[in-house]
Amino acid sequence: MKTDKQYNERLFKSMGNPHEIDRRGFMKRIGGGLVVAFSIGELPLRGGIFQGRDEAPGVNAYLRIGEDGRVKLYVGKVELGQGPITSLPMELADELDVKLEMVDMIMADTDLCPWNEGTYGSLSTRTFGEVLRKAAARARALLLEMAARELNVAVENLEVNEGVVTSTSDSSLSITYAQLTRGKEILETSSGKVKMKKRSEFKIMGKPRLRVDSTEKVTGKAKYAGDIQLPGMLQARILRPPSLGARLTSVDLSAAEAVEGVKVVKDGDLVAVLHPTRHMAEVALGLIKAEWEEEELDLDHDSIFDLALKVSTESRTLDSAGDLSQGEKEADQIFDVTYKDPYIAHSPMENHTATAVLEDGRMKVWASCQTPYPTKENVAEEVGMEVNDVQLLPIFVGGGFGGKIYNPQALEAARLAKLTGKPVQLVYSREEEFMYDRLRPAALLKIKSGLDKEGRITHWDFAVHLGGGREAPHFYDIPNHRTRALFPPRGTDSHPFFTGAWRAPSVNTNSFARESQIDIMAAAAGVDPLEFRLRHLESNPRMSHVLKMGAEHFGWTPAKGPSGRGYGMAAGVDVGTDVVVFIEVEVDKTTGYVQVKRALSCQDMGMVVNPQGAIIQAEGCMLMGLGYALREEIQFEGRKMLTRNFDTYSITQFNMVPELEALLVDSQDEIPYGGGEPPVVVMGAVVANAVFDATGARITRLPLTPERVLEALKSV
Amino acid sequence: MKTIQFELNGETTRVSVMPEESLLGAIREQLGLTGTKFGCGSGYCGSCTVIVDGEAVRSCVTPATDVEGSAVLTIEGLAKNGSLHPLQDEFVKLDALQCGYCTPGMIMNAYGLLLSNPEPSREEVVIAMDENLCRCGAHTRIIQAIQNAGKRMTKIATP
Repeated sequence: MKTDKQYNERLFKSMGNPHEIDRRGFMKRIGGGLVVAFSIGELPLRGGIFQGRDEAPGVNAYLRIGEDGRVKLYVGKVELGQGPITSLPMELADELDVKLEMVDMIMADTDLCPWNEGTYGSLSTRTFGEVLRKAAARARALLLEMAARELNVAVENLEVNEGVVTSTSDSSLSITYAQLTRGKEILETSSGKVKMKKRSEFKIMGKPRLRVDSTEKVTGKAKYAGDIQLPGMLQARILRPPSLGARLTSVDLSAAEAVEGVKVVKDGDLVAVLHPTRHMAEVALGLIKAEWEEEELDLDHDSIFDLALKVSTESRTLDSAGDLSQGEKEADQIFDVTYKDPYIAHSPMENHTATAVLEDGRMKVWASCQTPYPTKENVAEEVGMEVNDVQLLPIFVGGGFGGKIYNPQALEAARLAKLTGKPVQLVYSREEEFMYDRLRPAALLKIKSGLDKEGRITHWDFAVHLGGGREAPHFYDIPNHRTRALFPPRGTDSHPFFTGAWRAPSVNTNSFARESQIDIMAAAAGVDPLEFRLRHLESNPRMSHVLKMGAEHFGWTPAKGPSGRGYGMAAGVDVGTDVVVFIEVEVDKTTGYVQVKRALSCQDMGMVVNPQGAIIQAEGCMLMGLGYALREEIQFEGRKMLTRNFDTYSITQFNMVPELEALLVDSQDEIPYGGGEPPVVVMGAVVANAVFDATGARITRLPLTPERVLEALKSV
Repeated sequence: MKTIQFELNGETTRVSVMPEESLLGAIREQLGLTGTKFGCGSGYCGSCTVIVDGEAVRSCVTPATDVEGSAVLTIEGLAKNGSLHPLQDEFVKLDALQCGYCTPGMIMNAYGLLLSNPEPSREEVVIAMDENLCRCGAHTRIIQAIQNAGKRMTKIATP
């Protein structure tokens, strides 16, 4: 058994003051029985957010087997809808050999659960799952050792089934996990190598399971941050500027202050009104007379692309090989195409929300948040308190998609709770949600590529301006190529709004350009787009397999584009997962309206814990992705957002929903890769490719609105 | 302030509200039923859908005073005697939700549809549900759940 002081310190770091926490205190907080804390100090991550870094800090898990035999799992992860509340217990129960129903989840209570960087980037199964499984495997091994002593039977001659340890030679000799841990207080901290089960030994993993939280959610009992109700609680509304960066030059609060029961707070830059009802807070907010000095900025949703090109003066080469000029010489046809991708919003159905109360010197916060631990630190800093006097509490989150990595609402609510001495609830309006969202950045992409007389790609020069570089490098067999990310000099702020991680950050944008360009060349070569891709994927059997499997289920038959059928395909890579989507569209040539009739995704994501959950994530990705492919675009003038609510920002609606199918390649012997994002990354490209196949019109700017389709049809 | 009386999930309820206060505010903040959600505050997203006198309405843009004397049903009133309503049950069985935030509004809007059209076609479901937004992309499963629930309820009604 390896117990390492350093790991201990790390494990207990966020549990309280590290100098005060000892084993006894830890056990007291978590309860008796057998507690296993497991940490992986060094876990190589494959792609994604930590690309280029050797390890994820503080990847660790605790589990406790209580005297009643129930297993409590303490995790820093958050349930946003993506399903860890179901899949993580599956991993634990399988490794530990207990019934799934015996596992209780305690998610992201920062007083009880181990530190976690946040719930994003498809990290939960990919990295955290392994730690969890090892913790469970270590606990199982310990329980077997204890059973061996109790029963006087060698460990090799014991088997476990649903928490009961039995002798393989004498079935009358048995003892339960509950009996083994009764009256005990054992704390085991482990790290390093532990043997996990092999695929053939899985009893729970790999078999589809329904969500465990749906009954709470269909009855309205599931609590979100805005559903917390505390005695004396005030609803807060904050005075916001007409545009980002505007400076408050004068403010008259008298009319708002005159409203009965309203509390007005002015603390530096923060002006807020509070009342027990949101309605009256809103009324008072409307009575504030404020004057603002707005920033002047000659920029809008069209001219941003000129700016993207102009300001991106720094360049980083992400991948290259061969010689581009050699490729150009060999080329028979050259393709020089510019692609444009707008700002889009996360727009989860639940706006940024937080409830905060200062109680007995501690700040308790319930926040719609993907990053409870970093948020806890931010809140502490904001209100000038010790980090360990702030607690983020477990709560369901109404969708995140990367938008709830950042939580200004938690800071504001805590600040107001401190200033007023009352419990405060802050629910952003939809207008605030758009204005303060960390948008997917607008980007301009340029690809120069060529084909020789035989229809082989001679070269590929890819440049993304202002977007990010993740998954920008292509995965095709191209002898001469270069992929670059171009961006403004460090410290220059070129975006008029906040930008951040939107489900598979940068990958949607880069895949849109790459897969459009591939399709353009396939059509120019007069080759079926599937055949064209496969010819350039000879050294990539994994992606080839995913393409072929998807094509077969879709019923793809070879035809050069545009075939008039409205078929499209696009391939992509996201956090180690290879993914393809095939769709069929119908384009109304008089209105420009694109109706997707069916969509099929196929992905190799390695090992799958809960196939039901993985399939639902893939379906969700396709449907969410149709939104950015067909309609989502933030409209703005300077730093004033014209997009205010769902009347000016359209996401996927029922009338757009195609027949859907999501396929998973059987790779259960592999490690798990990302499952929360894959199909969303190719939705822009697959729609553009299908519209081309239907009409011959190539659209290189997202989204494919009816106006853009009509415009493009003019030049066919 | 005005005191209004209405039936909420089968119980006679009295609450004092301001003239312009929304039904959503009254239900959530004053009556403590938080299953009905705030999404956009302008009637565009449907997260706040409840049933008033047999019809699905957007409670965030319905003044509370409008329901004086009416019967209001929220997500909390749908399960009877501890057993889920067929709509709730079908949402569970089909995993027709992810984050669950739009779910109460989806179910109440679908309930309103099934009251007037017990066995809707797929197209009828799509039309009725089109203005209820879901960001996670559970749409196909929601459509199926509503159709299944409709069939089950018709069977119960006509044995």
